[in-house]
Amino acid sequence: MSKHHLDYLDELEAEAIHILREVAGQFEKPALLFSGGKDSITLVRLAEKAFRPGKFPFPLVHIDTGHNFPETIQYRDEMIARLGEKLIIGHVQDSIDQGKVVEQKGKNASRNALQTVTLLDTIAAHQFDACIGGARRDEEKARAKERIFSVRDEFGQWDPKRQRPELWNIYNGKIHKGENVRVFPISNWTELDVWNYIRRENIALPSIYFAHERDCITRNGQLMAAAEHLNMDEEDVITRRNVRFRTVGDMTCTAAVESDAYLIDDIINEISASKISERGARMDDKVSEAAMEERKKGGYF
Amino acid sequence: MEILKFITAGSVDDGKSTLIGRLLYDTDAILADQLEALHRSNRKNDDGTIDLAILTDGLKAEREQGITIDVAYKYFQTDKRKFIIADAPGHIQYTRNMVTGASNANLAIILIDARRGVVEQTNRHSFLVSLLALPQVVVCINKMDMVDYDQATFNHIVGQYEALAAKLDLKNVTYIPVSALKGDNIVNSSANMAWYTGKSLLDHLETVEIPVDDKASHARLPVQWVVRPQTEELHDYRGYAGRVSSGTFKVNDKVTVLPSGFSSTITKIELLDKVFDEAVAGQSVTVHLQDNIDISRGDILVTSNAHPEVSQLIEADLCWMDTRALDTSLTYLVQHNSKVTRCRIQEVLYKFNINTLDKVYEEDFKLNDIGRIILKTADPLAFDVYQDNKANGGAIIIDSRTNVTVGALMLRASAD
Repeated sequence: MSKHHLDYLDELEAEAIHILREVAGQFEKPALLFSGGKDSITLVRLAEKAFRPGKFPFPLVHIDTGHNFPETIQYRDEMIARLGEKLIIGHVQDSIDQGKVVEQKGKNASRNALQTVTLLDTIAAHQFDACIGGARRDEEKARAKERIFSVRDEFGQWDPKRQRPELWNIYNGKIHKGENVRVFPISNWTELDVWNYIRRENIALPSIYFAHERDCITRNGQLMAAAEHLNMDEEDVITRRNVRFRTVGDMTCTAAVESDAYLIDDIINEISASKISERGARMDDKVSEAAMEERKKGGYF
Repeated sequence: MEILKFITAGSVDDGKSTLIGRLLYDTDAILADQLEALHRSNRKNDDGTIDLAILTDGLKAEREQGITIDVAYKYFQTDKRKFIIADAPGHIQYTRNMVTGASNANLAIILIDARRGVVEQTNRHSFLVSLLALPQVVVCINKMDMVDYDQATFNHIVGQYEALAAKLDLKNVTYIPVSALKGDNIVNSSANMAWYTGKSLLDHLETVEIPVDDKASHARLPVQWVVRPQTEELHDYRGYAGRVSSGTFKVNDKVTVLPSGFSSTITKIELLDKVFDEAVAGQSVTVHLQDNIDISRGDILVTSNAHPEVSQLIEADLCWMDTRALDTSLTYLVQHNSKVTRCRIQEVLYKFNINTLDKVYEEDFKLNDIGRIILKTADPLAFDVYQDNKANGGAIIIDSRTNVTVGALMLRASAD
């Protein structure tokens, strides 16, 4: 025994690569769920480490709500061109057109909840047996209890009481037909770990993560981008603000924070000092304390 | 900076959740909106302060019942270290959860109520820590405020525990008198116990040595995936992808592939755009060999000076984790690293009464039972003794009817 330790970023990276290779080894038709956010961008870098110079043993899948930030879509398309990997897009608009989901109404309308249906349909259409996602256990209390290999039934449901024991670094990916597994390789990373890794690896990100000027409105105490997809009325006052986004979700439900962080070092300083956790900037989790648990049961990531 | 992973063993009554909540609270690991949720939840201690235990019980089902039913992972960091807490429930019906949490931990915190001393569940938790071979133990004697911070009470409990530690062969045991509720000796040294000159709990966690198994004789690399681009310019590229589970591999090392027994030499160790002279325990790499031999997922590369055991008949300790009892007539699957093969539990030698630590001779093997068994496998496993090399000595049993993980195996010896 000695004290020859890996640095924490090396250890987290090695663990995530190990998990990605387990997915490749254990499943017939895996997929990597790509949101355009920093966590899934980190997953892509980890996949390059795990499988290059070979091709990824899975396509990337993007569930496009149609309400994405244009910067995210541009980033996605440039990244796919650089990687030379396959991208599959599931459109929430298609689910709406097919009458499978109904667009929400009112001021707080968002397509965020609708994307679960599109995701499940995309999984079914391509018969994916494993979907790799960028969720982390430090994000939310329900996620703190989720396995790295998390089995979903054919309705996409997560049952916290029926989770499999997960021991050492042995991941049991055995499933019945119709079931699939959500796999979370960066479960043990914190938000700050992801940022420090992005800095170390010099990974490019969509520009909305960095401070910029934007028209905003204030809603439920949070700053929102004044986007065409947002239902606004005369009560909403548009102001020009210097903001950035801490997560990349729908324009309708991702709150901005006022910020002067133009560089990644600024962001890391800002987060180190910040007192609002990342999911606090997502309006949809505020609905109730059990919101995430309910959505996970319903098949959300 | 390093990561220390630890498990906390104790029940609600011992103030375990309060202890974790206190660590998170006092290290500023609770963020504003989480704190807001905490205030919203209306649960308060008798004296009106925030009930820190709320920070650790995550699921609605648990909140309704006021219990912890699963392992929750919590993260915090200080200037010196990053920490991952596996918070597992302490009651006997959740033994499997504690085994799960302990499997990845470097250290265990055992909580003892100062008013009660060493009790049955202390035996049980300590037994599991010994079974899972955790290298470091911290005994927190909690609720010292309820015994007037009395040194004699602390010393008496230390004496009790030392006897237990000797019986279980636990090494590296540290004793700290604390009050999680009041914050004594958790983050800061307590003014209420001037007689205690050791470190506070956090100070200890920040500085305790984390052992790493990097013995050259233990060099093991389970192959997870073979990288074969099969493009024109990389026509002959063949890289073996895996994570070094223990020991160190160097370029030019002679290696043997198990179970086949073929030998070759490492020509290159790489990962994406990086090339390494050596790969150490915990590192994920892609390895190239001089000879073109048949290697696939499930094989294990070892250095040629010391081999693991290769056997189809193995004595092991088993923890049963399913509500459906073990059926010795049934064929299960065993997963050891990246290798999966069929197996049977050929014989139950005995079980442990994990409260009294006595051996019990019973045939049935139910949920949360732990005992010693003989495992028979269809393909041979290349394993090490769990107590010497956890990374290559642990395995799981899967019920192929339900696909559920039903057992944890700590492999001990070939029984051929």
